[in-house]
Amino acid sequence: MKLKNQEVSLDTLDWQILHAIQENSKQTYSEVGRQLGVAHSTVYDRIRKMEKNGIIKKWTVDINLEKIGMNHITARMTVYTDPKESENVAKKLSEAKEVLEVSMSLSEELLIIAKVIARNQDELHSFIAKKVAPLQGVLRIRTSIVTKKIKEERFMIEKK
Amino acid sequence: MTPSSSARILRTLSRKNAFYFFTSVGNYTGQSAMSLEEFANKIREVETTSLEFHLYRGDFEKWTDEVLEDNILTERISAVKLLEPIGNSLRDQLYFTVSKRLEELKTLNS
Repeated sequence: MKLKNQEVSLDTLDWQILHAIQENSKQTYSEVGRQLGVAHSTVYDRIRKMEKNGIIKKWTVDINLEKIGMNHITARMTVYTDPKESENVAKKLSEAKEVLEVSMSLSEELLIIAKVIARNQDELHSFIAKKVAPLQGVLRIRTSIVTKKIKEERFMIEKK
Repeated sequence: MTPSSSARILRTLSRKNAFYFFTSVGNYTGQSAMSLEEFANKIREVETTSLEFHLYRGDFEKWTDEVLEDNILTERISAVKLLEPIGNSLRDQLYFTVSKRLEELKTLNS
């Protein structure tokens, strides 16, 4: 692994390790090592370096909320803002526990797109009406409630 | 009702306590009212779908009762709701109700 102008260049083994742990992050260093034909200590060292360099941002788990009785709805909220206030609006949205993702987009107007989670439509509306609409610089809001999720995957890197 | 209580109802609110007009869940029109007077004016401007959305959810009554603390206006809005108006008829009835109350309060306050 080499660092060039803040960009980290990975070798083939790093890519293979990333691919293996992205498919199943629960497997041990030894299991990854066995798959790739290297020692578990090598896998450990490479992973540590990738964590240190911010390539591996976090280790997490994808919980099926319905299975544990936490019924919820998700929505895509598009917030049209005054360009002068957009950074502040995006920051405030990022701080809310109901907001899972925040991105900015510049098409014809400056937009903030956020993924919002709530227990039900009333809670969703209450959050948007009480916490988002009053933010300085919010011009209008369009929200689409997700009714059916067809696919949801993280980007999978390929083996090199 | 005393002049001070009418003045309180007529006061300018903070952004947090303003009324925000939506057309459906999560869809904010960009129109808001930070006082009863502004609320009356906005009733004439916003889409009727927004007025229908809020009237039948009970949002207007909740705001006039909990934020403005005007139980007379709250009761009058409830009476409008019982008639189940829609569209421009709703706009006209609501505007008449709110603007009439606004004039009463202004008179009391003067």
